[in-house]
Amino acid sequence: MRIPISALIGLAFTGAYFFAAIFASLIAPYGMAEIVGDVWEPASSEFLLGTDGIGRDLLSRMIFGGQTTIFVATSATLLSFGLGSILGFTAAVKGGWVDQILSRGVDLMMSIPSLISALVVLSVMPVTLPVLILVMGLLDATRVFRLSRAVAVDITVMDYVEAARLRGEKQMWIIFREILPNALSPLVAEMGLRFIFMVLFISTLSFLGLGVQPPLADWGGIVKENREGIVYGIPAALIPAVAIATLAISVNLVADWVLTRTSSLKGGRGG
Amino acid sequence: MVHPVIKLVAQRIALGLLLLLAASVLIFVGTQILPGDVAQSILGQSATPTSLANLRAELGLNEPPVTRYFNWLGAVLQGDLGKALTNGQDIAEAMGKRLGNTLFLAFCAAVIAVPLAIGLGLIAVRYLNRWPDKLISMVTLATISVPEFLLGYIAIFLLSVQFRVFPSLATVYDGMSLGEQLYAIALPVLVLVLTVLGHMMRMTRAAILNVMQSAYIETAELKGLRPFTVIARHAFPNAIAPVVNVVMLNLAYLVVGVVVVEVVFVYPGMGQYLVDHVSKRDVPVVQACGLVFAAVYIGLNIVADVVSILANPRLRHPK
Repeated sequence: MRIPISALIGLAFTGAYFFAAIFASLIAPYGMAEIVGDVWEPASSEFLLGTDGIGRDLLSRMIFGGQTTIFVATSATLLSFGLGSILGFTAAVKGGWVDQILSRGVDLMMSIPSLISALVVLSVMPVTLPVLILVMGLLDATRVFRLSRAVAVDITVMDYVEAARLRGEKQMWIIFREILPNALSPLVAEMGLRFIFMVLFISTLSFLGLGVQPPLADWGGIVKENREGIVYGIPAALIPAVAIATLAISVNLVADWVLTRTSSLKGGRGG
Repeated sequence: MVHPVIKLVAQRIALGLLLLLAASVLIFVGTQILPGDVAQSILGQSATPTSLANLRAELGLNEPPVTRYFNWLGAVLQGDLGKALTNGQDIAEAMGKRLGNTLFLAFCAAVIAVPLAIGLGLIAVRYLNRWPDKLISMVTLATISVPEFLLGYIAIFLLSVQFRVFPSLATVYDGMSLGEQLYAIALPVLVLVLTVLGHMMRMTRAAILNVMQSAYIETAELKGLRPFTVIARHAFPNAIAPVVNVVMLNLAYLVVGVVVVEVVFVYPGMGQYLVDHVSKRDVPVVQACGLVFAAVYIGLNIVADVVSILANPRLRHPK
């Protein structure tokens, strides 16, 4: 099997970001909230990306910020996939009123833009990391539900699922042993896209001041902290843009590759 | 007998209104997750029990949630959105001007983005897999991958700090001429256009490509028509339903993008109003804003469905 060059680049960048996130405290040259220099110092050999609005090393902030952003996005993605896919499969397997209730409920949740829903809920909830992950995961589970239900509806009519039903397998067996393995490839590709969406979502919330709270760093928050600098021509607030965009593009490249690879395995086009 | 199209359209509108009603329940419930203690969060930890009780009675918090919901809904239907907790202002009054500003901003962005996206989509299909197509795809992929608030700061950094072409703050007030207003909101409009352009153009391209595989397109090509005529006259009219859907979905997305862009450019609109009051935990304002945003969003979705019903000749001319 040959990995195309674009997927390799994507894998390398994605891997590097996750590596930096996991080993943040070992890699970062300074502490997260440590004031080490002057305000908005330009990039130098001492501070590779310069310093931020109150003199903290920007590179260290970016690395720790990446840790928070990637942690929140990953947890929320896992939550939305766990919940969304299990409910989606259940709706497809059970059918009838279970399907109706779940599907109409999801329609309702999707009738309000998720940013607006998140803002409404966050106006009364304390803004902490677990609450953020829960809100983002629940809101996004609706999209995963739609996809996994659509995929599973196609699979439940297959002969092998019928065979499993006839030999008396339980509901759980059918979901986890018959449907899940066959629905995995579109779900994995979707997972990449959802992860990116989560990164953008948490960055937006933090930028609005309703996400990760200081002194904890995250990419959206770094933009917020350094936005005044822009007017004086200090590009510190733009550095997270580079990080978010490269992460988004590289995860997209990997997801594209997963999708074409798995669809060619099934005899589809491409590959 | 009633024409089936009218019946379908009426059904769709009724369904949309039902959805809006359900959304209002959802918004109300969403703000009641922490039971009752809006009063505590307004007055803070040092509040005396008497003042807490007074405020609770004033806000009607002693009544059961169902009663409160129907009181709220009844008032909203009569145009009374309640008073803001933080400054006691009438919400409907404060919101009216801002809603106008927001719609103005979104409208300007839509006027530029929609024709541009469809035009670019047509060009991309005309030069499929050649350099114009690839260039358009690459640029739009880049704009999709950057969140709108960052696009906003990149635009400020380049256009208002480095080259000093446009103002970095979009201040709009009464008495400004239309030209001045348009100049003031140039940057937010640019950012909004960039955020929706990518999706809209990609989905337009996909919708037209889908039609391009039909047999009648091949006929048109074999007749010797110019490629662009084939696309614009034969393929595009049959792709109108999906394209309109895409446009409407993106306009609905525009309504959300506006929230962030307004904060970036300090534009006096609905989004700024909502975000300010979320951080002040001013529940009535948040409910009212949430409801207005949901109504606009659901409304645009209804329009999308109605247009695609009307654009389908099989439904317009039933046998």
